[in-house]
Amino acid sequence: MGNCDEGSLSYLFAFFSSRWQDEGVSVIEVRNLHKSYGLLEAVDGIDLSIEQGEIFAILGPNGAGKTTTVEILEGFRTRNSGEVRVLDFDPQFKGKGAREFRDRIGVVLQSTSDAGDLTVYETIHHFSGYYSNPRNPREVVEAIGLEEKKRALVHTLSGGQRRRLDVGLGIVGNPELLFLDEPTTGFDPEARRDFWELIRGLRDLGTTIVLTTHYLEEAEALADRVAVINRGKILEIDTPANLGDRSTSLARVQWEAHGEIQEQFTDQPTAVIGKLMKEIEGEIPKLTVSRATLEDVYLQMISESDGEKK
Amino acid sequence: MKSLPNTWTMGWRRGMIEIRQFSRQKESVVFTTLFPVILMAIFGSVFTGEISHGVKFSQYFLAGMIASGLINSGFQQLAINIPMERDDGSLKRLRGTPIPATSYFIGKTILVFASIFVQVAFLLLGGVLFFGIHLPSSPHKWLIFALIMFLGIGGSTSLGVAFSNVPKSGRGASAVVIPIVIILQFFSGVFFVFTQLPHWMQQFASVLPLKWLCQGIRSVFLPDAFAQSEVTHSWETSRTLLVLTIWLILGLVISIRTFKWNRE
Repeated sequence: MGNCDEGSLSYLFAFFSSRWQDEGVSVIEVRNLHKSYGLLEAVDGIDLSIEQGEIFAILGPNGAGKTTTVEILEGFRTRNSGEVRVLDFDPQFKGKGAREFRDRIGVVLQSTSDAGDLTVYETIHHFSGYYSNPRNPREVVEAIGLEEKKRALVHTLSGGQRRRLDVGLGIVGNPELLFLDEPTTGFDPEARRDFWELIRGLRDLGTTIVLTTHYLEEAEALADRVAVINRGKILEIDTPANLGDRSTSLARVQWEAHGEIQEQFTDQPTAVIGKLMKEIEGEIPKLTVSRATLEDVYLQMISESDGEKK
Repeated sequence: MKSLPNTWTMGWRRGMIEIRQFSRQKESVVFTTLFPVILMAIFGSVFTGEISHGVKFSQYFLAGMIASGLINSGFQQLAINIPMERDDGSLKRLRGTPIPATSYFIGKTILVFASIFVQVAFLLLGGVLFFGIHLPSSPHKWLIFALIMFLGIGGSTSLGVAFSNVPKSGRGASAVVIPIVIILQFFSGVFFVFTQLPHWMQQFASVLPLKWLCQGIRSVFLPDAFAQSEVTHSWETSRTLLVLTIWLILGLVISIRTFKWNRE
């Protein structure tokens, strides 16, 4: 083994990493994706690997390149360069196979305003006729919680109800992979929570879900993994809990002593409190232990990446 | 694994849903159905005289009104509505499903056909009841009528789809399309007797399909003796069919080549 050269090492590495990847079947593979509009690099070298059955969130500020990325994956836009495989298909390919590809995905676009002179049920029933193996339209109406509205004309629906219908149209074809582009923009908090339940239910049925959002709490509540994106680049991909080394970052312990708030950053908050308990009799005044919130981490990432560019 | 529904089945379903959607826009339905009848009533009361060979103005206008209905419900409707559908996201939504563009076109054609059918039925009924229009009795004339309507609906629909790429936005579409349609109608003998138009207008209109549609429909509804009053003193039926076929093919080629689901 002593004469192992670099080549065979990397071969071994590739072998084991491919074995490891086999555990989760990859649904989306993106390598070095580029897309520009004139001088603007909307997507500037993105790599992604999304596995079957996960909810993957693409989180970033407005104009970060979220929609462009997702629309390239959906086959709505062509890329300038890079490799893209979605369900083992190149989505920008227009010929034979493109219809079969769209038969396997579900697309929920950013806000739509179709005229809506059909009822909820008619619309879902009609769209079910485009697919090879559609869901039962009645079950879809029930799943999106629009039972009571199924005979209502689409243009009479509220924003949240309309968005539910959009999802209904996205899932009526029984897709293996569902794209949601900013699904809950403009929702009130309760509607958003109901919506999250709906999406989790779909994931539990085995659907892979890719969603873009600029709501942190949405990414945190829903996603198995989050990609933070800014200015067309991915800053980090991780689980919401680990993003920005959040789980291992220093904890902040605060308490009051001598009429002033004291503060200590530590990787052993329990020890700090133990020490305090010896120093202070009884209840430690105004004690809090906190770690960076996702928002702290996110805002720091975005501002750092903005800073680099300027 | 079940296979995808075929293009014609989806096209038929598109047609049915388009008709259902259209029929829910009550104002549009009433307007498009009755507008040609109302126009004919106005022109029929203003110009009460005879043109020649015992043909009254109202009889002459009937042909113009049918042709006008063809261009309004096909070309104009589609050239305005498709950019609007592109703007409001309904086309993009369709693009995300397995439906082929051909099925979408078939659906539009069915909608145009249905709306023309109703319009012509109203026009002929109103014409017979109130304006003393004579319907042709020979099956040969009706066959030519069917042929012209087939080419007319196909041409008007496909050219409408082709032109739908021209307006930059849904809101601006009617401002671009309506003037063209109105001028075209003036030039092509919809509102006036074609042979009384200035020579240059006649020549310009002869390149375009609407003039031929009008003339072809006149050959069905006017007595054969009136052919003497046409430009070449004949109905030119085969030339009419040829010109309409060329425009139909042109429309199909352009629309298939240039159709875009969304603005990238």
